[in-house]
Amino acid sequence: MTLMLRTDGLAKQFTLHLQGGIKLPVLEGVDLDVHAGECVALSGPSGAGKSTLLRALFGNYRADGGRIWVRHRGSMVDLAAASPRVVLAIRQQTLGYVSQFLRVVPRVPSLQIVAEASPAPDAEARARDLLRRLNIPARLHALPPATFSGGEQQRVNLARGFISGHPILLLDEPTASLDAANAKIVVGMIRDAKARGAAVVGIFHDTDVRDAVADRLHEVRPRQDAA
Amino acid sequence: MTLPAPLLTATDISLRFGAIPALDHVGAELWPGEVLAVVGESGSGKTTLLNVLSGRARPDSGVVWYRDPDGHLHDVHAMPEPRLRALHRSDWGFVHQDPREALRLDVSAGGNIGERLMAQGFRHYGRIREEAASWLARVEIDGARIDDFPRTFSGGMLQRLQIAKTLVTHPRLVFMDEPTGGLDVSVQARLLDLIRGLVGSLGLAVVLVTHDLAVARLLAHRIMVMQRGRVVEAGLTDQVLDDPQHPYTQLLVSSVLQA
Repeated sequence: MTLMLRTDGLAKQFTLHLQGGIKLPVLEGVDLDVHAGECVALSGPSGAGKSTLLRALFGNYRADGGRIWVRHRGSMVDLAAASPRVVLAIRQQTLGYVSQFLRVVPRVPSLQIVAEASPAPDAEARARDLLRRLNIPARLHALPPATFSGGEQQRVNLARGFISGHPILLLDEPTASLDAANAKIVVGMIRDAKARGAAVVGIFHDTDVRDAVADRLHEVRPRQDAA
Repeated sequence: MTLPAPLLTATDISLRFGAIPALDHVGAELWPGEVLAVVGESGSGKTTLLNVLSGRARPDSGVVWYRDPDGHLHDVHAMPEPRLRALHRSDWGFVHQDPREALRLDVSAGGNIGERLMAQGFRHYGRIREEAASWLARVEIDGARIDDFPRTFSGGMLQRLQIAKTLVTHPRLVFMDEPTGGLDVSVQARLLDLIRGLVGSLGLAVVLVTHDLAVARLLAHRIMVMQRGRVVEAGLTDQVLDDPQHPYTQLLVSSVLQA
């Protein structure tokens, strides 16, 4: 199995300068391997740092220590040490991330929000197919999602995250606002991604969804706050 | 083949206004197709930096290099004045916060756009008018207004006209100074969306000065945070805004009201 993602001693702490410089250590010594076609579910109580780990893996939160090796265009690149331009290239071609909530851009229609995440010439057709698969009816495609329900926004966000067929996918509670029928569709999409060889790391509070997609669990333990 | 290289490289720029260090050993790089936001409060030095990068102000020390389409490097502040002005009329663009600084209010909308083309040597009246009309459409100004004077335009329309005038020569590098400042929120949203679309489709490199973090989030790949003439933090936009490291950046980010 091809190794797609590896962390070596990944560490992250937040220093809150506006609160007297208090330090919150969240991650320490995280070692994680994820292979092609495999889905690893992050487990642990709320506040343990699962979302922080996922954001660090995307390069959204900056690691304070350790390495994040990502298989990018055939070789392993350390995301934690990469320049901004390399991080952007990795995100464009290799590393996809679906956040819990869609960041709505005023005036931009749903179809475009999804299509512009892909550089493919047929991005618009793909976006339409994905939105349909996720039960977003065609009459909504031309509308900006600002007025959509939470579940609809999450499905637009999922379409955006899945359109590029990234080799590595990071999913933060992808079914949190979805009903059972739509959650099942997302399970199908995650399984399809694994079948084409994608490595998936996710946070799934819904145990049915987790059991349906995850190959194993990686436990994230809460750290003690330090003064 | 030319290797990818920055369009603009500024090294160790300093500039004092009397006793006040407006820019204190500032460095910056801008790559083709990249949008770099410079954020900070009034007086942080961000507009001064924009003026120095674009050759409109001269630093006390430090160099700004511009790489032309042939790959040749030019020291922006050592260029002969006519050369720099020619650059500003063709390869570069400058979008001012107040569009009245760039537009002539007693010349028609089409004439304002056409002027920049004529300065580049365009002479065919029909072609110029055609280009002007197509740019009015791109910035969502009714083509029927082509012969109207800009003084009859709203603030948002004036800003869009300035953008059309700036982009008509297909510049590679555009400097923007608070392009949405002073506009109503609804007008701002429309303008931002327009700028976002144009920057993406034209592959423009942009140095964007703004005090509005939401504008930076929407448009910029990278952010530089300035305080008292210094760059206190720089990085990918989402990194800097979601995981700010410097006390001043944490203050800026935490001061934004969530609507």
